[in-house]
Amino acid sequence: MIRVTRKLEFSAAHFYHNPNLSAEENRRVFGKCNNPHGHGHNYVLEVTVAGEPDPKTGMVLDLKELKEILDREVTQRMDHRHLNYEVPELAGKIPTCEEIAVALWRILEPKIHQGRLDRIRLYESPDLFVDCTADGMKGAR
Amino acid sequence: MKLSLWRRYSFPASHRLFRAEWSAEQNERIFGKCANPYSHGHNYALEVAVTGKVDPATGMIANLADLDGFVQQKVLDAFDHAYMNEQIPEFRECVPTTENVCRVIFQRLADFPSARIEGVRIEETGKNSFEYAAPSNP
Repeated sequence: MIRVTRKLEFSAAHFYHNPNLSAEENRRVFGKCNNPHGHGHNYVLEVTVAGEPDPKTGMVLDLKELKEILDREVTQRMDHRHLNYEVPELAGKIPTCEEIAVALWRILEPKIHQGRLDRIRLYESPDLFVDCTADGMKGAR
Repeated sequence: MKLSLWRRYSFPASHRLFRAEWSAEQNERIFGKCANPYSHGHNYALEVAVTGKVDPATGMIANLADLDGFVQQKVLDAFDHAYMNEQIPEFRECVPTTENVCRVIFQRLADFPSARIEGVRIEETGKNSFEYAAPSNP
């Protein structure tokens, strides 16, 4: 099996606020991320597809096609957007790195038809990132 | 689908790879430059992975403030700017190779109360990195 990884970047704003908690509780749990004016990150997404190379093309999948899928499904959906307000897949969720990664997995997994989605790694910063992988226990939540 | 949250930290520390019961020649043969009696150091980059369910109320596997505080208290307070051979008690029993540093740090973090520590990865330099994974669930 071969793993192929494509990387992309998008910039987006977010803040963390749970309407079921008091203002004080929100500040305690979310700290600076609770600032209602929001803040942003340059997210880096690595998308890994696993499979056997086609004997005719030598490719697990056509990278150009993967690039188009990622442009359409990730960049157009999230780049220069406010994740709290503009991304339906995150509606009602706190847009943490975990939730964004889960949403991206669910968006991308059914779109990959050559090979299968093996892992997505989403960096919020070089010091904080989340892996979503196909292996292991079912249902991360 | 499985979800892991990774957090990256760094600490400079020094070490020397040698075994007291071995001759200088044998230490030199096995450990090379790392056996230098004056020791040497690295800027270690430590990555810690936690796994578990995302709490819908917070969107988080674990609150970063809790994880950062725990890693600070259990690891960084002791390892940052330390001579590991002398100042980290675990290395009285074993050589502070980065393999062993991974294992020792994992053991120090294993009882994190908020989520399961899945593994640690350490870059000793930009060219060498080491990973220790928690034993799988029975």
